[in-house]
Amino acid sequence: MTKVSMVLNGKSVSADVEDRTLLVGLIRDVRGLTGTHVGCDTSQCGACVVHVNGKAVKSCTMLAAQADGSEVVTLEGVGSANNLHPVQAAFREHHGLQCGFCTPGMIMSAIDMINRHGAGNLDEKTIRHELEGNICRCTGYQNIVKAIKSASDQMAGMAQAAE
Amino acid sequence: MYETTYHRAGSAAEAADLLAKADDGKILGGGQTLLPTMKQRLAAPSDLVDVTQIAEMKGICADGEGVAIGAATTHAEVASNHLVKSKLPGLASLAGGIGDPAVRHMGTIGGSIANNDPAADYPSALVALGATVVTNKRELSSEDFFTGMFETALEEDEVVQSVKFPGAQKSAYAKYPNPASRYAMAGVFVAQGSDGAVKVAVTGAGQDGVFRMNDMEAALGSNWSADAVSGIAPNADDLLSDLHGSAAYRANLVTVMAKRAVAAAG
Repeated sequence: MTKVSMVLNGKSVSADVEDRTLLVGLIRDVRGLTGTHVGCDTSQCGACVVHVNGKAVKSCTMLAAQADGSEVVTLEGVGSANNLHPVQAAFREHHGLQCGFCTPGMIMSAIDMINRHGAGNLDEKTIRHELEGNICRCTGYQNIVKAIKSASDQMAGMAQAAE
Repeated sequence: MYETTYHRAGSAAEAADLLAKADDGKILGGGQTLLPTMKQRLAAPSDLVDVTQIAEMKGICADGEGVAIGAATTHAEVASNHLVKSKLPGLASLAGGIGDPAVRHMGTIGGSIANNDPAADYPSALVALGATVVTNKRELSSEDFFTGMFETALEEDEVVQSVKFPGAQKSAYAKYPNPASRYAMAGVFVAQGSDGAVKVAVTGAGQDGVFRMNDMEAALGSNWSADAVSGIAPNADDLLSDLHGSAAYRANLVTVMAKRAVAAAG
C-alpha cells in the first residue's frame, strides 16, 4: 500500500491505495468521481483523459502513485451543470456527442489542445490531428470538431473582451 | 495487473540502487508501454522505479553543436523545445508524431529507447544522427545500444540517463503509421551530419529492429534528392511480415518514406 496525496479538482485529498492502483481507479472507485470513463483500458480510446499538472494524460495508463503530489483536474473540475465550461457548452450547442461515453475525454483533450495552441488558433485539420488519441464510435467526429472549433473561437473572443 | 511495489527515485544513483536491490525491478518512465503491458499481465515486475522526478535526468540543453536530452524528458517537451527545433528539426517532428498528445505528455525518450520496440520512432533518429546513449555506467554509440527486437545492450541494473545528439546540417523523418495502432509500419530518418556524412535509418520494418540503409546513404552522399533513393529498397527477406503488411509492401514503404524524408529535409 502507498499513501497518495494530490490536489483533485482544487481540493487536497489523500488515500491509501495499492501500488498498482491506476489513477482512474483512484478517481472513480476511491473518490467516486465517475465523470472520467474507462473505455478501452488499453490506452487507445482516450475516454479516461484528465489533466495532471495542466497536461492531458490517460488516467488508465498512469499509476495513482505517479500522480502523488500533483494537481489533477477531471471533468467534474472544469464546469458544473449551471456553469458549463465554454467547451462543454459548445458540445451541447453543436451536439458534439451521441451516446456520450467518449465525451469526458473529448472535452478534457479539447481544453488541453486549446490551452496549448491558444484560443482561436485551431483549424479543422489541427483539431482532427489533435484528436488522434480520442476515439468516438458514434458520431464520425464531425460535430465534435465543430464544437471544439467553436469553443476555441469563442474563448478567443472572451479573452479579447476581458482585455 | 499483478501486484508491484512503486518507488520514486530522487536521484539517478538512487534509481540504480533501487533497481539493483529489487527482485525483478523495472525502470518506470512515462509508463506508456510498460503499464499497458503490465495490465495485460505480459510483464509483472516486482518493483517499479519511477525516474521521472529526477531533476538531473530531465530537460534539454545545448551540447556542442547538438543537444543533450535527459532520459526522463517527455516526447511533448522534445517536440516543442526551441533548441531541438532549430538544431534538429527532424527530431522535433519525430517526437511530435509519437502516439497522441496524451501519450506524448507522459512517454519519455529513455523509456522508448530502453524498450526498443521494433516499431518505435526514436531508434531511427538515434542511429541516423549518430547519437550517444549515456547510462550510469558508460557511454554507448546508438548502433551498439540497439541489439535487436526489444533488445538493448543495457545490463540488469543499468539506467539510461541521457541521450547526446551531435549537430546535423539536415534531418528529417517520415513514417507510415499503421491506421489502427499508429505505430510505424515503416519510418525512415535521414540525416546529413555536420561533417557532411549521410546516414539513413529505418524503423518499423526490420525483423531485428532499427537498421541502416547503406545504399541510400551512398546515393544521397553524391546527390541529395528524393530521386536519388527512388530506386532503392531493402531486401524484403529481412523485413517484418504480418497481417498489417507483407515484407514486400514494407520494402516499398521504406523507399517511399525515404523519398518523403529527403524532400522534407530540403
